[in-house]
Amino acid sequence: MTSNPPNVYLPDMATIVEVVQETPAIKTFRVVLNSEERMQAFNFEPGQVGQLSVLGVGESTFVINSPPTRKDYLQFSVMKVGELTSRLHRLKAGDQIGVRAPLGNAFPYESMKGKNIVFIGGGIGMAPLRTLLLFMLDNRADYGDITLLYGARSPRDMAYGYEVEEWLQRKDMRTVLTVDNGTPEWKHKVGLIPNILREINPSPENTVAVTCGPPIMIKFTVQALQELGFDDEQVVTTLEKRMKCGVGICGRCNMGTSYVCKDGPVYTLAQLKQLPNEM
Amino acid sequence: MSTVRFLKARDIAPWLEELSRDFTVLAPAQHGSSIVFREFDPARGIELSQLSTTPAKRALLPPCETLFEYETTKTLEPPYKTSIELKPTLPEGKSVVFGARPCDARAMQIFDRVYNGDQVKDPYYTARRDNATIVTLACSEQEEACFCDRVGGSPVDATGSDILLTPLKAGYVAEALTPKGEKLLKSTSFMKAEGLRQEALNSRNRILEQVPERSSFLDMERNLLSLFGDLGFWDKTAEACLSCGACTYLCPTCYCFNITDETRGESGRRIRTWDNCMSSQFTLEGSGHNPRPSKAHRMRNRIGHKFSYYPQLHDKTLACVGCGRCVSNCPVSFDIRNAVACAIQQAGAIQEQAHD
Ligand SMILES: Cc1cc2nc3c(=O)[nH]c(=O)nc-3n(C[C@H](O)[C@H](O)[C@H](O)COP(=O)(O)OP(=O)(O)OC[C@H]3O[C@@H](n4cnc5c(N)ncnc54)[C@H](O)[C@@H]3O)c2cc1C
Ligand code: SF4
Ligand code: SF4
Ligand code: FES
Repeated sequence: MTSNPPNVYLPDMATIVEVVQETPAIKTFRVVLNSEERMQAFNFEPGQVGQLSVLGVGESTFVINSPPTRKDYLQFSVMKVGELTSRLHRLKAGDQIGVRAPLGNAFPYESMKGKNIVFIGGGIGMAPLRTLLLFMLDNRADYGDITLLYGARSPRDMAYGYEVEEWLQRKDMRTVLTVDNGTPEWKHKVGLIPNILREINPSPENTVAVTCGPPIMIKFTVQALQELGFDDEQVVTTLEKRMKCGVGICGRCNMGTSYVCKDGPVYTLAQLKQLPNEM
Repeated sequence: MSTVRFLKARDIAPWLEELSRDFTVLAPAQHGSSIVFREFDPARGIELSQLSTTPAKRALLPPCETLFEYETTKTLEPPYKTSIELKPTLPEGKSVVFGARPCDARAMQIFDRVYNGDQVKDPYYTARRDNATIVTLACSEQEEACFCDRVGGSPVDATGSDILLTPLKAGYVAEALTPKGEKLLKSTSFMKAEGLRQEALNSRNRILEQVPERSSFLDMERNLLSLFGDLGFWDKTAEACLSCGACTYLCPTCYCFNITDETRGESGRRIRTWDNCMSSQFTLEGSGHNPRPSKAHRMRNRIGHKFSYYPQLHDKTLACVGCGRCVSNCPVSFDIRNAVACAIQQAGAIQEQAHD
């Protein structure tokens, strides 16, 4: 008997096992697919995304921000910006959601082996970076120096607070935090990410910079990286686009010949320069 | 060798009625001042005198279709639990598209590469596609806005058709091109006519001879690329455009869609509907950022997609079949032929400068 190919539009139903309030605007959802078999077989690479469904409301795209090295649940962090994300924020442990994942490509973590890595994350853009960072920390010997520059609007807008504390303590990575607007208690940097990046002044020698955040932040971060001597192959970013099908058909997410949902969301700056500028 | 039969003009309606028993038959019919593909109804008849206003694409991609239905159940006793059941609704039944034009049939092959690709298969599309038979009517002349010859087709091209009808005086010569087509020609509505093969061919050649010599739009995908950085060019090109989207809805090769949920109490359905890349909403992100904020960006994408991106991804096949529907139906008379010709010219100028 030939089996039909899977229906690419049909989500797996999944149960939310835990919800973490990260910041006033961001919640993290830990979910487990209802089918034990599907959960066991679920494989993905750092950087891949999923479409989360709230049935009756719709679907939106979120990065799977738990690393493939930790497989008890799939984790998604969701910033509340509109209708679907607001409805997601109302869900609790035990509630059902739909998951279509994994979709898209992954960070080039193989070719990054042996290199120094500079992570530059802004706001919810920390979510994809977290996956790769944890993956690298779980395979620490494979990578060189690891630097993390993480910025948010204000101290309370920093997600993953519990982990950030741990990262600050770690001897095998350097963590720099910054906010646009400080508070009296804030012990870290105050200033925009690109400026702090210039201050840290990472060497481009044998280094890859991985950045994610709002388009405007990416734009100025890329400028700063270029000033620091990073060339286009050494800059990796992940892009946000409004998506629907997630499999390269509906035609919504393309930049020229490249579809963010299947050829992305991870691109090197060199790749992006080959495409019409539609970031 | 393929079967050849003859269908008298007055036997069309009885044949379609006969087909209607086993198939959903879509045929062009007059609707107000337009000609639209819709389910064949003997009372309404068919209209084959001109290219239809709407394309036949709805046979494979309906304007709105259900992807799945869902139903939520809640237990009333503690521990309260919710479960959601999803029921995919794959299309069933066979269809015949009668009176598609060569451009319509070719357009379906443009869909095929995307919806029935090597890596991804759209189960709804492929179910419809497998069960659809395309009966194409060769054109007797090119209308004002037609330019199929400039994009790799012709008024009598049979690509993508299961049966090709060639009009002769009292009716149509029907040639089966695929096994699906062979099956339909078994009907007693047809007369034996192997001898008419040559006459049909001659007639098609006469039509081909009338196609004017003019520049082709093939092999230009790289040309266009050099213009992608020049937003000024696209600004000028898109100046009059209203972003109304008529061009995309009427285009036989436009296939973008939206997915939305419709809910009724505890149950509902997920649907997909045609969408329109000329609308600013199309790419607007949750954050408010829009990667294609202006008409210029959107026009660049629409023309780029048809004449550059798609050909680069799919063996140089253009994603425009030159049906001219977007030209004849644009409220501000935007003419994609001029836009493409200008782009070629401009790109040529840029390249010359580069060589100087
Ligand atoms: C690759 C990728 C990874 C991402 N990762 C994350 C992440 O980890 N965390 C995170 O918080 N965000 C992430 N995002 C962003 C996230 O997808 C959006 O913030 C989210 O889709 C907003 O959803 P919303 O419905 O609440 O927003 P809204 O403002 O309500 O609308 C935006 C979305 O709703 C739909 N929509 C809105 N209006 C209409 C309409 N008229 N018709 C049809 N559909 C409509 C569209 O799908 C659109 O994407 C990611 C995006 C991408 C592309
Ligand atoms: S039909 Fe004409 S006005 Fe409307 S979106 Fe298309 S080009 Fe613009
Ligand atoms: S772009 Fe215009 S001419 Fe080309 S296939 Fe579409 S509607 Fe026809
Ligand atoms: S989301 Fe449909 S093509 Fe990318």
